[in-house]
Amino acid sequence: MNLSAFFLDPFFEHVFMKRALVAALVLAITTTPFGVFLALRRMTLVGDAIAHALLPGVAVGFLLAGFSLWAMTLGGLCAALLVAVLAGFLTRATSLKEDSAFTLLYLLALACGVILMSLKGRQLELMHLLFGHVLAIDPASLFMIAGVGCFALLTLAALYRRLVVEGFDPVFLHIMQGAGKSRSTSHFLFFLLLMLCLVVSFQTMGTLMALGLMILPALAARFWCSDLDSMIFSAMIFGVFSAYGGLLLSYHGGVPSGPAIILIAGLWALVSAFLGRVGSLRAHHVTH
Amino acid sequence: MIGPKLTLEHVSYAYGAQSALQDVSGQFLPGSLTALTGPNGAGKSTLLQIIAGLLKPQKGRVSCSFSQGAVGYMPQTSTVRRDYPLHVLKAVYTGFWPQAGAHHAITPTLKQRALEALHEVGLEGFEKRPLSALSGGQFQRLLFARLIVQDPALILLDEPFSGIDTKTTAQLMERLLAWHRQGRTILCVLHDPLVIRRYFPEAFVLCHHCIGKGLTHDLLEQKILFSDFETRISA
Repeated sequence: MNLSAFFLDPFFEHVFMKRALVAALVLAITTTPFGVFLALRRMTLVGDAIAHALLPGVAVGFLLAGFSLWAMTLGGLCAALLVAVLAGFLTRATSLKEDSAFTLLYLLALACGVILMSLKGRQLELMHLLFGHVLAIDPASLFMIAGVGCFALLTLAALYRRLVVEGFDPVFLHIMQGAGKSRSTSHFLFFLLLMLCLVVSFQTMGTLMALGLMILPALAARFWCSDLDSMIFSAMIFGVFSAYGGLLLSYHGGVPSGPAIILIAGLWALVSAFLGRVGSLRAHHVTH
Repeated sequence: MIGPKLTLEHVSYAYGAQSALQDVSGQFLPGSLTALTGPNGAGKSTLLQIIAGLLKPQKGRVSCSFSQGAVGYMPQTSTVRRDYPLHVLKAVYTGFWPQAGAHHAITPTLKQRALEALHEVGLEGFEKRPLSALSGGQFQRLLFARLIVQDPALILLDEPFSGIDTKTTAQLMERLLAWHRQGRTILCVLHDPLVIRRYFPEAFVLCHHCIGKGLTHDLLEQKILFSDFETRISA
């Protein structure tokens, strides 16, 4: 077997592999910047909880309209919003801390989602929702992923400086803008975009791993860059190689594609934690 | 540049049942350089935050004629994230918010101003260093550089020299005096009696309420400044 047959032919010979690759690449490029900001805000677990909390909404969409792209996406978005608002309310109104509130709600949501699916669905459909079905992406889903991804990325670009200044010195931005109103606007917009990204990631990666392709390349990039711009760029590169490598592994190894992508992305992050230039095990070893 | 006049009228603030400020009044004239001092927990930082607009006084009011973005507030560094992945020059760029806002470009002119500010605080050559590589003193210099580019008429500093060596303190103090000569209104929370006596013409002594205000020299003579704050309060 020659090299091009190994590395390229799967994507030329099979339409489903081609679509899967495009979908995964689009996600890798458009959602990893959100992963970088999420990690910087130390909110990766909140992101994960929101991703899991999509399930009941998607299940309701599925029960009402079958495998309808729009119904499931809208349902997922509503469920994510509901969980975020409820978690915020519980955190403010009771002594529950944010992480506990999100954990409570996402477990509840996950259980509801699985039970809802069992009312009508078959085992296979539940597996699709939990672990994704990147190999079964149709053109309509592909356009939706690309559209939402580009919209989210462009809006993030418009918010970029605000998010950076706020992350570095929130008090400074607060003073520059007077009232606290604008601050919460950018915070809210960021979360709305994050949910949009998770809902479309969900199509390909499933509810359990939707955050994976967003956050793992971002974590890997943190070990190589000390500047936000280059960090975001490297995260995209890590994401692209994870998507491509994962699909290749899935094709040749006959393993599920979503988990294969996450496996590669996770390995990048783990290797970076050992060998990276900034804050890694090796960097600590050199400086101490 | 002429700094704003700042007036406090019967300002009170409490954190729950814990009172921080009780009926604080006072006036800071345009172009004045005032040391705000008093024991720990006297409400100095709270007062600064109220003047900066971060907290709303529960009673009384603050009147000041500065416009949005014309106040430069330097909190104690713990509120700034020193591990944020930014290079030094980009961190200084954040000070251009009043001019450039969220969307306008950092022009070559602005870049030149940022470089000059870094030069002035002794951080030339540090442009591309990550923030995490700066020492405490270097980070404080960086915050001063950001204040320089921000160019505010009212400057509020919360213990800017704590944990800073005397050489750095002297250099940053020079910058403060230059701002004073330019006519900006400056209010600085400080503990060091030597620094206050040497550099600050006026002082405002706070312990929940105002114990004394006026010329540093007079307050020293009346033994209000640096006296045992606690006995004075119980008296």
